[in-house]
Amino acid sequence: MKIFVSLRTVPLVLLLASGLAQADQKLVPAQSEITFVSKQMGVPIEGRFKRFEAQIAFDPTKPDTAKVAFTVDIASISLGSPESEAELPKATWFNTAKFPQATFQSTRIKALGGGKFEVTGKLGIKGYQRDVVVPMALTQAGPTTIAAGLFTIKRLAFKIGENEWADTSMVADDVEVKFKIALTGVAKL
Amino acid sequence: MPRILAMTSQSNPRYSTVAIVLHWTLALALIAMLAVGTYMADLPFSPWRLKLYNWHKWAGVTILILSALRLVWRLTHRPPELPLSIEAAMPSWQLRAYHATHGLLYALFFIVPLVGWAYSSAAGFPIVLFGVFPLPDFVPVSKELAAWIKPWHQITALTLAALALVHVGAALKHQFLDKDGLIKRMMPGRG
Repeated sequence: MKIFVSLRTVPLVLLLASGLAQADQKLVPAQSEITFVSKQMGVPIEGRFKRFEAQIAFDPTKPDTAKVAFTVDIASISLGSPESEAELPKATWFNTAKFPQATFQSTRIKALGGGKFEVTGKLGIKGYQRDVVVPMALTQAGPTTIAAGLFTIKRLAFKIGENEWADTSMVADDVEVKFKIALTGVAKL
Repeated sequence: MPRILAMTSQSNPRYSTVAIVLHWTLALALIAMLAVGTYMADLPFSPWRLKLYNWHKWAGVTILILSALRLVWRLTHRPPELPLSIEAAMPSWQLRAYHATHGLLYALFFIVPLVGWAYSSAAGFPIVLFGVFPLPDFVPVSKELAAWIKPWHQITALTLAALALVHVGAALKHQFLDKDGLIKRMMPGRG
């Protein structure tokens, strides 16, 4: 059944790919992931965001003109425990009622060689805009380009965890963010 | 020690000092864990709750280690036999209950903390002992698995508590109804 469906969709994919050859690059959500690790009393807690979108205009040969924009649906956050998940939308943490999305907008992309790039941009969470520098490595396989990287943010710079939860001996300030983004339509490296 | 010698000296053979220390240390630890575990489970999400949960896990792993030492000690140091007069006075069901209770208690000393550990792992909270030593997960992170395991930590802990009550009840019966002084062999001090 699965094979049948995928065979049927091949011509459609080819058609789309050729049609989009000149257009911006597209995110492949099923192959992409954004995860993070925060530490509670030394315990690494892994979570992920299930819904995010990207607007990407990226030619590896011309990184200076490239633009990367992300929006992450905070409500799509997933943690191991339902108890913690239920807390995160609250005002003390992400305040999703008021700030449903996290955003990233690149300001500068610098090629470091060997498929490595340094993406500088503004990260917006909970109404706070902060500069971040994100290392990104590209690998290509067939029509898909994988952009992967890892960077650390300070949660208190975005007031994620206020009042009693601002105590970094309970929840560390550093949060490690890991991404693996699958894109189609990226020119050869 | 030959049992006949113990009989003539009018004092029952005692457990070894190590066994007595482990018995009472773990008895107090298990009571404290039951109290803290029951209290913390109903707390609202807060740093205090998070602290208690972590302390509970660290204490649970410590109890698991002490229980392993206790089991090794027990297997390598035979506990004193029941004095013949006491054994003779016990109906066979009591003798069976006596051995079964001890066996089940020992099993639960391991089962209760291991189930708690498994729940913590499944819920995505690996245990980091004393906030320093990360312990391995022996089950995968899974919400479904965590939900399935969760009640079993409580069920096994309450079973342990119930058996401990049976154990205490039997000890008190020997002390106050039978007046056979059996309790002295586990009492601290010189007996």
